[in-house]
Amino acid sequence: MSGVLLVARRELWAYLRSPVGYLLAALTLLVDGLLFVAYAVGEAGAKRYSAFVLQQFFYGLSGVTMFCCTLLAMRLIAHEEEHATLVLLKTSPLKDRQIVLGKYLSVMVAVLAITLLTLYMPALIFVRGRVSVGHIAIGYLGIALLASAVTAIGIFASSLARTQLVAVILAAVMVAAMLLLWWVARVSDPPVKDFVNGLALHHKRQFDFMDGVLRLENVAYYLSVTVFFLLAAQKTLEARRWR
Amino acid sequence: MIDVSELSKFFGERRAVGPLSLHIESGEIVGLLGLNGAGKTTTLRMLSSDLLPTSGTIRIDGVDLVEDPDRVRPKIGYLPDRPPLYDEMRVEEYLGFTARLRGMPADDKTARRVREVMDQTAVGEVRRQFVGTLSHGYRQRLGIAQAIVHRPSLLLLDEPISGLDPVQIVEMRELIRSLHGDHTIVLSSHILPEVSETCDRILVMVAGQVRDAGWDQIRGTLALTLRGDPAVAERAAAATAGVTRVEAIGNLAAARAPHGPAQDDAGVFTLRVASDRDVREALCAALVHADVGVLELSRAERQLEDLFLSLAGLGKSAAAGVKEVAA
Repeated sequence: MSGVLLVARRELWAYLRSPVGYLLAALTLLVDGLLFVAYAVGEAGAKRYSAFVLQQFFYGLSGVTMFCCTLLAMRLIAHEEEHATLVLLKTSPLKDRQIVLGKYLSVMVAVLAITLLTLYMPALIFVRGRVSVGHIAIGYLGIALLASAVTAIGIFASSLARTQLVAVILAAVMVAAMLLLWWVARVSDPPVKDFVNGLALHHKRQFDFMDGVLRLENVAYYLSVTVFFLLAAQKTLEARRWR
Repeated sequence: MIDVSELSKFFGERRAVGPLSLHIESGEIVGLLGLNGAGKTTTLRMLSSDLLPTSGTIRIDGVDLVEDPDRVRPKIGYLPDRPPLYDEMRVEEYLGFTARLRGMPADDKTARRVREVMDQTAVGEVRRQFVGTLSHGYRQRLGIAQAIVHRPSLLLLDEPISGLDPVQIVEMRELIRSLHGDHTIVLSSHILPEVSETCDRILVMVAGQVRDAGWDQIRGTLALTLRGDPAVAERAAAATAGVTRVEAIGNLAAARAPHGPAQDDAGVFTLRVASDRDVREALCAALVHADVGVLELSRAERQLEDLFLSLAGLGKSAAAGVKEVAA
């Protein structure tokens, strides 16, 4: 475990010492705020249910979080490869699993810290309306699980690529493909329709969380995607020792 | 210390290394000498466990590196051809991180070891600087510092003087020599004088294989430029304790001016002397006593160069060089 924390802490320091980290955090919060005002709250004087405002807030937040995770994850392994520092980790007593987990943990801590800074937005709803704390908590849980899955996909893409640019393109393509599965499901017939719909990253799964509904199958889905792609990243790192 | 047996590495259909078998004793400094693409880096990558071999075994202190890498990795320090440095970290912080990465605890003892290594590699004066702001020489030294911070018994250095200026090369050579004793060192280079000056033993790599051509025999040879009677000089040299072989090589004047010797070169000839110990002082005394003028004494770098090029298939005197050593 100490190896995982060591890798995670170094990555977090790298974010904190880089202007890109602050820029990305600022941009994420700015877009979150703009979406909250323009999309969730809507025009001045317009009447909306508090639950609807909260649902729309989480909808915007989920998109921005996916974008943020993809960008943060792109550097994790590809950046080390570009700067020839990966060899330091590979020849240390750390296992490949610890390297992958440490990097995953660093992005999750960074993204969750940025996401928690948006808490004031749902809190503002209490000024003129009423929502349950449970609804807010479940919404954030959905965002955290989505971030976890996208980060894992991003790490896998980063382990495949030799440059950060290729990594981010690869991750974006994979995330987009998994997002668009709901559309594939729409034009398919049962039983393929249900199967493909069940694999979609956002549509069906995330809407439950946005509505404040906690279903264990959705939690299991996001955890499964996370484990699958982290394992794939670990295997890719192991395979790299052959070339 | 290191036992390599029938080691091979293929990249696709291309054989990069092998079959390679070698044995390195504890405490040795061994140089892997070869042209670019000879397989030096690939060999070091396999020895460091960065790269898995296609076939063969590597045993370090009796433990199989492929089967049980977790037990072997803490014993290895590795400086790749590009030092693995994090530019956004400060020098001291980076060394602390690499020490922890190799299993050292986060305590005062580790902090003391980091300071000790900074002194040893002369990076202490830049300890608060960000790695990204360091000059090439400091980066190389920091690369060595990260490789030795956890006190590994085996140190692998890939082209440690690459890109350094002459002063830095001398400093680096001294640094590597100062590590002798604490570590078994394997270093790679394509620069002959670096390997010749620094290493106890040289392994010449050609096309992924080690060529043994009695390199160490020729390495102990001295070349003397003398003035006087060649027969007298040969007798005086042969009588010196430690000298194992003496060979007079022609008349320099005759070689330079076939139609009549130039005045300055008259009576000048070259004597090649092989020995089993350092005989320079005794040899000069014996020659001067025999009334032979000593104009120059040097190690036989030229012969090493010829032999290296011949082994690499590039020399004019390929056959001659190898035959001479074999004799």
